[in-house]
Amino acid sequence: MPAVKKHRIVDSITRESIISNLANSTRLDERGLLDYRNLEIETNILKDKTNGSAKVRLGESEVWAGIKVETATPFPDTPAEGVMTCNAEMLPISSQYIEPGPPNEDTIELSRVSDRGIRESGMIDVKELCIKEGKQVYSVYIDVAIINEDGNLFDAVSYAATTALLMADMNKFTIEDDEVKMLDEKQPLPIKSVPVSTTFAKIGDKIIIDPNADEQEIATARLTLVTDENGKYVSAQKGKPGGFTFDELKEISVISKEKGDEIRVKIREAVKNGS
Amino acid sequence: MSKNKIERISGRAPDELRNVSIKAGVIKNADGSALIEFGKNKIMAAVFGPKEVHPKHMMVSDRAIIKCRYHMMPFSTDTRKRPNISRREIEISKVIREAVQPAIIMEDYPRTAIEIYIEILQSDGGSRCAAINAASTALADAGINMRDLVTACAAGKVDGQVVLDVDDTEDKTGEADMPIALLPNTGLITLFQLDGNLSKEEFDKALELAKIGCDKLYKLQRDALSEKYFDGKNGNKEE
Repeated sequence: MPAVKKHRIVDSITRESIISNLANSTRLDERGLLDYRNLEIETNILKDKTNGSAKVRLGESEVWAGIKVETATPFPDTPAEGVMTCNAEMLPISSQYIEPGPPNEDTIELSRVSDRGIRESGMIDVKELCIKEGKQVYSVYIDVAIINEDGNLFDAVSYAATTALLMADMNKFTIEDDEVKMLDEKQPLPIKSVPVSTTFAKIGDKIIIDPNADEQEIATARLTLVTDENGKYVSAQKGKPGGFTFDELKEISVISKEKGDEIRVKIREAVKNGS
Repeated sequence: MSKNKIERISGRAPDELRNVSIKAGVIKNADGSALIEFGKNKIMAAVFGPKEVHPKHMMVSDRAIIKCRYHMMPFSTDTRKRPNISRREIEISKVIREAVQPAIIMEDYPRTAIEIYIEILQSDGGSRCAAINAASTALADAGINMRDLVTACAAGKVDGQVVLDVDDTEDKTGEADMPIALLPNTGLITLFQLDGNLSKEEFDKALELAKIGCDKLYKLQRDALSEKYFDGKNGNKEE
């Protein structure tokens, strides 16, 4: 339950210039308040060992996602459903502020929010992951490595995980004499929807999208909102010790949908080019 | 809100809270404390401080630091919860701390720590909201300078209907759960989470409903405090 931790230091010149620029509705990297940084998505970067993989660069933030599909016994309360977990790891190579060791609460939050976005959107049809009810199911592990940290990891991790899942495949199986036999032949994962995460930050009374590391550090509040293809809100998380007003939340919810649709097109494009 | 749309499992109206009772000052050794019973939830919150900071390097020279631990007892759930602190508990501790921190005037207590301990003794759905209500009552009971109380309540969607205060049974079959925490006098939302599936209309409606719930809880929190400090005479303003 740390209340103070080793965190990024934003010098007062940077802080002041971020704030004075925001007053004129501009940002230090010349973006508008509601512009994303350059988003690059690359697929199949780890072909040999993973079932699916993707690399995302959002500005200077870089994350790599890898999918492993294995088989496992199902949970007793969902005997006919497969299992999925999404986990993000802050690597010590990603920033001078990250140290090796067990995940801290920020990393746990990052993992859990990314997991929730994919889970709640029903992206993976877990019923289709059942091999033999109560005995054996597919288990999809999504692991995301943070390679370089420059803010808004919530979105970067989400895009990498989603793209990697869209690229992923798993072995087919047959059942002979009540015995499950895995085949070498592959099939794509049962995908139902593509969730897209959008993250906002509040500095003073200005709302910006896709905060970089400095902006994120001086922001008083942060909000991640995940929408699916049908324009439904599937997951949200507010972070940092500040708040939003009701009107701000309603405004953010509208922008989130628009930006989400734009990014979904980019993810679909990357998947199309990669497969 | 129309009252007789689809009957809820609990028989509640769509905008009806579970039974809630809050009692301030239940733990003698704590500087401030509160017990909340929120449906089947039974949650104790205790506040210690402002006190010396340990470890020392965490001290901040111009303000207090807030520590918060949300902890579930192994007997609080249907199947025994393993006593190890889970990732879920770590995340909830963090979001609760971030939800109450804006209400605390931390600059009034430089070089100190304010500790909030939340113990879930029996859990039902919505324990994080109940915990925030208890924690903020306990903070006020401890006499910590605050800008406002923090009040929390969830709204959600069950059987296609947007409802207030989703309980455990509804959460399992329901389509969405959206807990929020609010500083009622500043209108600032300091906790906002969502999982499930909400359209834009449902999203806005759930927000409004959660606000109604928060307003009701704000009154209960104040009642609990005036019960302890003014023999239930509703504060000293009117006297």
